[in-house]
Amino acid sequence: MSYFKPINKHPNLEKNKLGLTRRDYEGGVSTLCAGCGHDSISACIIEACFRLNIEAYKVAKLSGIGCSSKAPAYFLNASHGFNSVHGRMPSIATGANCANEDLLYLGVSGDGDSASIGIGQFIHAIRRQVNMVYFVENNGTYGLTKGQFSATNDLESKNKYGEDNLFPPIDLTSMAIQMGASYVARSFSGDRDQLVPLIMGAIQHKGFALLDIISPCVTFNNHDSSTKSYDYIRNHNEAMGKTDFVPLGEEIKTNYDDGSSVEVKLHDGSRLSLEKIDHNFDPTDAGKSLELIREKDKEGKIITGLLYVDNKCKPLTEIMDLPDKPLNTLEQDELCPGSEILEEINKGLS
Amino acid sequence: MSDKKYLFKRNNVWWVKLAVPLSLRSELGYDLRRTTGEKDLDKAIPIRDKIIEEFKTEFQIRKVNADDKGIVLRGTEHMQKTDISDPQYFHKVVDCQYACPAHTNVPEYIRLIAQKKYDDAYMLNWESNVFPGILGRTCDRPCEPACRRGRTHDKPVAICRLKRVTYDYKNDIDPYLPDIPKVKNGKKIGLIGAGPASLTVARDLLPLGYEVTIFEKDNKPGGLMRTNIPSFRLPAEVLDEEVYRIIKMGAELKTNSYIDSLEKVIDSFDAVFVGTGAPKGKDLEIPGRKEASENIHIGIDWLTSIAFEHTKSIGKKVIVIGGGNTAMDCCRTAIRLGADDVKVTVRSPKSDMKASDWELEEAIDEGIPILDNTSPKEFLLDDEGKLKGMKFEKMEAQYTDGKRKLIPTGEEIIIECDDVLLAIGQDNAFPWIEKNIGIDFNEWDCPIVDKTTMQSSHPKVFFGGDAAWGPENIIWAVAHGHQAAISIDNFCSEVDLFDRPPPLTNLVSQKMGIHEWSYDNDVSQEARLEVPHADLKQALNDLKMEVELGFDEKLALDEAQRCLNCDMQTVFQEKLCIECDACVDICPTDCITFTTNDTEEKVREKLRVPALNLDQDLYVSGKLATGRVMIKDEDMCVHCGLCAERCPTGAWDIQKNNYIEAHNLNKSRVKAKEVA
Ligand SMILES: Cc1cc2nc3c(=O)[nH]c(=O)nc-3n(C[C@H](O)[C@H](O)[C@H](O)COP(=O)(O)OP(=O)(O)OC[C@H]3O[C@@H](n4cnc5c(N)ncnc54)[C@H](O)[C@@H]3O)c2cc1C
Ligand SMILES: Cc1ncc(C[n+]2csc(CCOP(=O)(O)OP(=O)(O)O)c2C)c(N)n1
Ligand code: SF4
Ligand code: SF4
Ligand code: SF4
Ligand SMILES: [Mg+2]
Repeated sequence: MSYFKPINKHPNLEKNKLGLTRRDYEGGVSTLCAGCGHDSISACIIEACFRLNIEAYKVAKLSGIGCSSKAPAYFLNASHGFNSVHGRMPSIATGANCANEDLLYLGVSGDGDSASIGIGQFIHAIRRQVNMVYFVENNGTYGLTKGQFSATNDLESKNKYGEDNLFPPIDLTSMAIQMGASYVARSFSGDRDQLVPLIMGAIQHKGFALLDIISPCVTFNNHDSSTKSYDYIRNHNEAMGKTDFVPLGEEIKTNYDDGSSVEVKLHDGSRLSLEKIDHNFDPTDAGKSLELIREKDKEGKIITGLLYVDNKCKPLTEIMDLPDKPLNTLEQDELCPGSEILEEINKGLS
Repeated sequence: MSDKKYLFKRNNVWWVKLAVPLSLRSELGYDLRRTTGEKDLDKAIPIRDKIIEEFKTEFQIRKVNADDKGIVLRGTEHMQKTDISDPQYFHKVVDCQYACPAHTNVPEYIRLIAQKKYDDAYMLNWESNVFPGILGRTCDRPCEPACRRGRTHDKPVAICRLKRVTYDYKNDIDPYLPDIPKVKNGKKIGLIGAGPASLTVARDLLPLGYEVTIFEKDNKPGGLMRTNIPSFRLPAEVLDEEVYRIIKMGAELKTNSYIDSLEKVIDSFDAVFVGTGAPKGKDLEIPGRKEASENIHIGIDWLTSIAFEHTKSIGKKVIVIGGGNTAMDCCRTAIRLGADDVKVTVRSPKSDMKASDWELEEAIDEGIPILDNTSPKEFLLDDEGKLKGMKFEKMEAQYTDGKRKLIPTGEEIIIECDDVLLAIGQDNAFPWIEKNIGIDFNEWDCPIVDKTTMQSSHPKVFFGGDAAWGPENIIWAVAHGHQAAISIDNFCSEVDLFDRPPPLTNLVSQKMGIHEWSYDNDVSQEARLEVPHADLKQALNDLKMEVELGFDEKLALDEAQRCLNCDMQTVFQEKLCIECDACVDICPTDCITFTTNDTEEKVREKLRVPALNLDQDLYVSGKLATGRVMIKDEDMCVHCGLCAERCPTGAWDIQKNNYIEAHNLNKSRVKAKEVA
């Protein structure tokens, strides 16, 4: 029995503007547990990159340690990748961002990787507005090390062996909004219709984009008392209405009644059209977003969708006024200021 | 639409060929007789045609172009859950087996070849198609254009030539032949003609204790397989082995016994089967035909006289008229008899020729020019009244509304020749059947035969093979033979002829343990392998030298690895599914979609890849927890089993669908192979 996906594909598979099919964005065969939500997220990343006509060689996949952090091996085979130390992906992303603005950075992390060991790094990457899409594949557990509680696990949610969880959860979305993240969304690995446009929006956004994606761990956290199981999420998910990604130059097809939808313009001119569930909600108002998250949490609901966006923010490279060109393409005359300028500098020091 | 185009016969029942939405099936039905309320099939067909014609307009498939991939199907109801307990559902997924008139279990015998179990592979074939060695060389192979691999990859699996492998590599299979009861059942059956149709009837009846007598006008049995299929395609040893195997099972063979009156023999038997073929080659009545008759030969008669070594030579320049397989055999035989300038002329364009692609290719490879759009006008004589050439007129094909018309262009050509072979078709002829003994004939002098039971209007007389509805091929003759044998058995046991046995089927899980499945899904991605040929020069000088050498063992095993195992069925249980999408993501050909249910039209459009092939069914689950359904388009499934392998809950399983079409051997199973 072979576990490899045969190379042949459906002859009528759709092609994008680059002439590629979805399958050209695949990676190796997943070694995650069958049914793991992380695999669904990989499939959504593949779909989003396919639809955005992204050239894989212009992407860098960065990750830490965890099942989630293994996932970059299972999509975009032709991209760059850096599998870093546990919790250290944000610093790798920060450095890479400074060195080369041209690549698209997809950071893939888990709730353990980001909310426990890596939380300090995580916060600073947000604060510095690193231009990246930061995926937290949130399963409420340390999957790779066999099911310990993570810092995002809800109080009432026991582990697989029936032990109680003693500490309250960290909500990464509220934290990210407070720390200045400019694109914050929550979603569910099992809701592709919502997740794919959110990923597309995040990719087109310039600045730090957090996607907190609830992603059931079928092996350690999909039991009856889990609040991150397929069943629990399906029963408690409050999706914020339909999200559509509208590429640059295309008309919005879905038309909602006045006030029931809101449109967010992204940096490249493409738009996200969001159907609102609540007329008062304005995704560009951080206060309102935090309020909504808190309110729904109190109701026992998990709100999913685009929670907050600031499309006027300045990304790290602009804040620091770094060169537009990747460092490795700078020529000697651009790097070396020349003897006259050196002379002046030296004068200033004397 | 009087032909069978939109109908096909499975499980002894007529089905509609269109992809009818499940929701409409109750309206259209499967059994033609039942839905039309008409017992006479010939009357039922036009009624059904009318219904289908009405549907067809509504089922029009819109042109598949870039911006319009829509399909219009009728039906406003949501799709219904697929009933996989109907054995026809998964039978249809095994494209090759489904297309085979005798429903040979192709993927199973290919797997047996892969395991080098040639005896078993041969016997599996023998049970269904009776002549694996012969068919492995000559079958018309309707299975191959149907083969899934032709859709998912490039070319179909070389199913036919793998059948030959089972013959070429088997050992003595006599121990596995069915037992023939010593004590007979007292019923005597007369079979007229010793072609494949009669031989199949004999094989199917002998193990049940019938006494069978075969009358053959020639001195050896085999029918056209002996007299017309040249030995460079079918060596005599192969033919003899498989034909005499049946005679040795206990049939009484009377050769040199032309039956000149059915009336004379009918009373000696409890039932009579007419398998006399379509023995009359068509003639060409154009000027000069009579005068030049010495050098004008009817193709099938000419081939027969070569087979019996009455004819041993032919002129140097030969024209073969006709575009079918007989023409191909005639021209290739003529070259081997010493002709050095052989041309085939055909009225239609080459693309419309009736000959199978591979037969045409062989002729072209042997250097024979095919002159198409060339219509015969006149045989030309020299001063002594001997044939010296032929006049032809060039034609042009014009197509209006998909219908072809051949228009003469006025241009005439003359081709010199010494001999002409006519291969323009065959007719049935029954001068020996009295018109007043209760057998009704239609306006074309063909007997009226029931399409399910093979019974004529005389209850004791059954027809099959080319004798029933005109020339077909060996595998259809075999399929008819199976059905006739079932009818004869029913008739002699006083069972209603429409009370026919069902196929034997079972569906067995292939899961052996975690990550373990009992079949090999590591299918070869290589292109179809070519069968080695004998040296052309040598072959053209020897009438009997077999041109195709067959696969050697290495090639056979490699080719066998190309089979997709389409009988390994994906079976879905919605109550186990947690909708994690793992199967959707792993499926290499995007067969699986979880979506909301809708009409078939809408569902077909909204799948991951729109399902445009209406001949292939959609597998629809019951409602899942989220209210959606699982829809699998069977069209492109490569049966890799990865959906079941990746499914965390076992909602998908891979189950082998064993489908054995009904025939009398099911009643008297072939002795199980002795395990040493
Ligand atoms: C040139 C040629 C090449 C062909 N090549 C192929 C091929 O490659 N593959 C393929 O699948 N099919 C091929 N066919 C078709 C195939 O041979 C026939 O469809 C098939 O043999 C029909 O079988 P049958 O049993 O109905 O009749 P037949 O094979 O025609 O047998 C009928 C038998 O009945 C005997 N008979 C007739 N009348 C009487 C009578 N009154 N009394 C006693 N005996 C009688 C005849 O002598 C004959 O032996 C070919 C046909 C031709 C003409
Ligand atoms: C420095 C360090 N500490 C601890 C570990 C052990 N470890 C490996 S993965 C992991 C937790 C991963 O959890 P998460 O990020 O949620 O990933 P998941 O497997 O759940 O997707 C831990 C603690 C490690 N690899 N390195
Ligand atoms: S791939 Fe194999 S099983 Fe499938 S249709 Fe072709 S021969 Fe039959
Ligand atoms: S067996 Fe399953 S995974 Fe493989 S092609 Fe068929 S549906 Fe897809
Ligand atoms: S892998 Fe199994 S459980 Fe998951 S969606 Fe497919 S059938 Fe359902
Ligand atoms: Mg985790």
